[in-house]
Amino acid sequence: MKKRVLRPVLLAAALATGLSSASAETFKFAFQGTLKSLDPYSLNETFTLGFLGNVYEGLTRRDGDLNIQPALAESWEAVEPTRWRFKLRQGVKFHNGNDFNADDVIFSADRVRSEGSDLIKRIGADVKFEKVDDYTVDVILSSPNPILHYEWDTWPIVDKEWAEANNSVKVTSASDEAATKISLEANGTGPFKIVSHNVGVSTVLEPNADWWDSAKHNLTRVEFTTIASPATRVAALLSGELDLVYPVPVQDIKRVNDNAATSALTGPELRTIFLGFDQMRDELIYSNIKGKNPFKDIRVRQAFYKAIDIEAIKSKVMRNLATPSAIMISPFLYSRAGDFTRMAYDLDGAKALLAEAGYADGFEVSMDCPNDRYVNDEAICQAVAAMLAKVGITINLNAQPKAKYFAKVLASGGFDTSFFMLGWTPGSLDSWNILDNLEACRDEAGVGGAFNLGGYCNPKVDALKDLILVENDPAKRDELIKQAFEITTSEVSHIPLHQQGLAWGISSNVELVQRADNQFMMYHVNKK
Amino acid sequence: MLAFMIRRFLQSILVMLVVALISFLLFRFVGDPVDQMVGIETSIDQRDALRQQLGLNDPVLVQFFHFIAGALRFDFGISYQFKQPVAAMIAERFPATLELSLLSVVIAIVAGIPMGVYAGLKRDSWLSRMFMTVSLVGISLPPFLVGILFIFVFSVQLQWLPSFGRGETVLIGFWPTGFLTQSGLKALILPSITLALFQLTLIMRLVRSEMLEVLRTDYIKFARARGLSRRAVNFGHALKNTLVPVMTITGLQLGSVIAFAIITETVFSWPGMGLLFLQAVQNVDIPIMAAYLMLIGFLFVLINLIVDLLYVAVDPRIRIDARQAN
Amino acid sequence: MSKASSIPVKAEQGAIARFLASDIVYSFSRSKLTMLAAAITLFYFLMALFAPLIAPHDPFDLASLNLLDSLTPPMWEEGGVAQFPLGTDDQGRDLLSAIMYGSRISLAVGFASVAFAAILGISLGLLSGYVGGTLDSVIMRIADIQMTFPSILIALLIDGTVSGLLPQASREDTAFGVLTLSIGLSFWVQYARTVRSSVLIEKEREYVQAARLIGLRPLTIMVRHVLPNVLGPVLVIATINLALAIITEATLSFLGVGFPLTEPSLGALINIGNNFLFSGEWWITIFPGVTLAVLVLSVNLLGDWLRDALNPKLR
Repeated sequence: MKKRVLRPVLLAAALATGLSSASAETFKFAFQGTLKSLDPYSLNETFTLGFLGNVYEGLTRRDGDLNIQPALAESWEAVEPTRWRFKLRQGVKFHNGNDFNADDVIFSADRVRSEGSDLIKRIGADVKFEKVDDYTVDVILSSPNPILHYEWDTWPIVDKEWAEANNSVKVTSASDEAATKISLEANGTGPFKIVSHNVGVSTVLEPNADWWDSAKHNLTRVEFTTIASPATRVAALLSGELDLVYPVPVQDIKRVNDNAATSALTGPELRTIFLGFDQMRDELIYSNIKGKNPFKDIRVRQAFYKAIDIEAIKSKVMRNLATPSAIMISPFLYSRAGDFTRMAYDLDGAKALLAEAGYADGFEVSMDCPNDRYVNDEAICQAVAAMLAKVGITINLNAQPKAKYFAKVLASGGFDTSFFMLGWTPGSLDSWNILDNLEACRDEAGVGGAFNLGGYCNPKVDALKDLILVENDPAKRDELIKQAFEITTSEVSHIPLHQQGLAWGISSNVELVQRADNQFMMYHVNKK
Repeated sequence: MLAFMIRRFLQSILVMLVVALISFLLFRFVGDPVDQMVGIETSIDQRDALRQQLGLNDPVLVQFFHFIAGALRFDFGISYQFKQPVAAMIAERFPATLELSLLSVVIAIVAGIPMGVYAGLKRDSWLSRMFMTVSLVGISLPPFLVGILFIFVFSVQLQWLPSFGRGETVLIGFWPTGFLTQSGLKALILPSITLALFQLTLIMRLVRSEMLEVLRTDYIKFARARGLSRRAVNFGHALKNTLVPVMTITGLQLGSVIAFAIITETVFSWPGMGLLFLQAVQNVDIPIMAAYLMLIGFLFVLINLIVDLLYVAVDPRIRIDARQAN
Repeated sequence: MSKASSIPVKAEQGAIARFLASDIVYSFSRSKLTMLAAAITLFYFLMALFAPLIAPHDPFDLASLNLLDSLTPPMWEEGGVAQFPLGTDDQGRDLLSAIMYGSRISLAVGFASVAFAAILGISLGLLSGYVGGTLDSVIMRIADIQMTFPSILIALLIDGTVSGLLPQASREDTAFGVLTLSIGLSFWVQYARTVRSSVLIEKEREYVQAARLIGLRPLTIMVRHVLPNVLGPVLVIATINLALAIITEATLSFLGVGFPLTEPSLGALINIGNNFLFSGEWWITIFPGVTLAVLVLSVNLLGDWLRDALNPKLR
């Protein structure tokens, strides 16, 4: 059909000389967002962390299945519950030729916790670093913490001498007077070096010949471009201009697979998408119910839950690239996730619950939703609104770009929402992060569970959370987590929807590993 | 004459100040930049500290004064997202946008003028009618859809032309140009045609109506009466007279071509200022938005001023008007 | 398109009836294309006006949508059903109904913004030309500034401001106002300049001087005598602006400043459909796209014809 319509347009035959094909080892890829800064501490965002993870390295790293592996630290042990000893790898050089040693680790530990660092939570403020010798560092804690190093794969080590020589000790900030060297150039220990960086447009890398580990890739050059428009991104893959694009819109997966030269690489992502309600205020800001807050009534929350047909969202909006979730964390990150099941879709049940709660005729409430943050976020919100309409709830959908959305619903906007959609990946890949950020009680300013936007509060959950943090025995810890999740799930603190899927589009002559945290590691890319 | 120039110049400065004030004031409402500058886990205290550092808590007038003082030195501060000086980023993107815009204006002129002349001379021929109607089709589709259909046909189906970016560029001095490489030229084709469609229709119609009017004047009738050849009359006399207003309007349109490049650049992921601006709007990157608007304002005022001064130089009547006005 | 050398309408007496009676009707009856364009435009108006009565579904009623109906192809394609003649979009909305309602929104925004621009432009033009002096300079400088900001820039800025000022208002409430204001604001300059130059000419005429002598208020004279004279040009500008406004509204949807997806305009529908162009659900973008193109083309053709029929000297 389309072809027939468009054929008359094809006049420019004279221009057809074919696209110049990239040389075999040049790998070109595009992502929807931009690489915001080369300073590894200035933005705590998956893409920036992942990209710079090819250039900088941490003491640890994660493999394709996200298992923690030694990297710049060869080994570590807790010599006492509050003293950990890290043995550093010897003979590692930064890209400029400087040696890596304990001074760099201690410098980086200070820098990452300095003013302006966005990775300040990587290491607690009370944690002390001590140099034992050039290749041994002790880390002293004020209380035991079994997950101390869980996020250290994204705590990149910076060269002390280089940073000091180039006025880059301070973390790059938007209030700087001029650009710092570390924001324009990179000097890490990783498998790739940055050759050129065109801010916000493209970045070129070449392999680091002196990398300490053996390279598993066969690339000689990597070119990264930002392509924000989904259609253009997919077009660039289909036309053979690029070797990898991500994310691929879920509806285009079939097209990418049908095309002989490309295929879609899909897998589960760790981010959980969920809905939340304001359960804190005595009256909702955006509702026609005055004088009380319907969401304080658990039956209303349950009714909302039951009214949502998650399977329809999965098959129609997400084209099956989503896993409906019963809890607020991915089953890949919590061994006992299988003990939980979702409340069934039940329109009549939902209506009955609403009637019981005194809202037989439903009510009106606004819903805040981002429209450029998660996979098909606005479409999901629209679908939810239509589903709730069937039980008499009128949703006024307020879908906005993420900049405006976050400014409104987060603490800085005063949690200005009554009903919202949000997504969360625990940075430490651990349940405690969920309980601490999303389920813990908070005050009006956001002290406590800072991203518990709806203000759900149960002191029992908080108490369990504190126990979980210091529990060293994995089995006991998982049991405590289960108890906490049982409370939050039965009280419908949030409505978990699903873990969205990852969808990368790759050219058929490329082999690579897709990590579930959506970080792209170039050292296991091979071009045929 | 001098008085007129000075007066006009002062007016231009006033215009720039107003543009500055408007852009500055509007930006206070577009959203909280701090939320975009930090990751989601950053604490409220840290956010407040950053807000303080950036001077976002200062009185509005103080902030405006800083803004103007900086702008005079071509210093628009540091981008909130990229943490790079905005002036340098705009300078880096400017060549891409200017090359795209200029090429589309050239395409519009090269195709639009002959079509307009023909349609003016033979206004009732079927080809003229076709030009008139077909040129309307080009502006009856939203430009983003045209761009996406182009990509679909020429990049995905036929694989003739690239779907994104500028291709390879060559550095001439500080200016990266796409005109000197094969991939650079190929990359220019789709976006520049998409952007040119609108101007082409405009120019064609303008030329046609100017031609129709000029051909009716006594001047042309007299030239014909003198026995000059049709060719000499049509091209030597009529077209020449048509071109002055056409060039003026085209010049004045350059500003809006650059602004409309926002859409073309977004569709084709063209690394120019428009794309940068749209990203800045979405990310509440106020310094970039401000710098972009100021630059567009400046370009426009500059073109306007030049056009005005040229007119004064060319047309004595305006000179008299200017004296009277004084 | 029109009579070979149509006589410029310089109707000083300026009665609408006069120019309707003569050239216009004649040239209209001569051009089949124009008649077709007029018929199509009329059809759209009626469709937009009576959308709630004739549309098979109410696409704005969320409760009637069923996600499981989504992405149904047109009825003649495999998998299509008669219930949704042109298929459904990604939310299960009947596309035919959505197009009818969408045309209604697009036309409403078009008319409202053109009316806004015309009223603003004509008033400022009259004022500028009549009072002259500093006020004239100021208004013309404002017009210069206005030209600096093309409609899409204005819309981005106004939208940002509105959502900043009224964080509580949802897009459904503000979209119409924001779009009308932004598109209208970018169009008024043309009207103002046309009216102003006409006023400057009329001001020097003897009858105005004479009217002044007999004590008529000059402003009354201007309004009574200038307005009918500029009616032709204004009508042409308005027609062409209507087409432009509809396209601009669609473009703004692409930039994220349009109508919300719960109440889509034609532009918003096209923009939704863009996401499904590669995946094979072509109908979501092609049908609204064709609808929009035909509408805008017809309006443009009418504007074209009006321009030639009324006065070739128009600029």
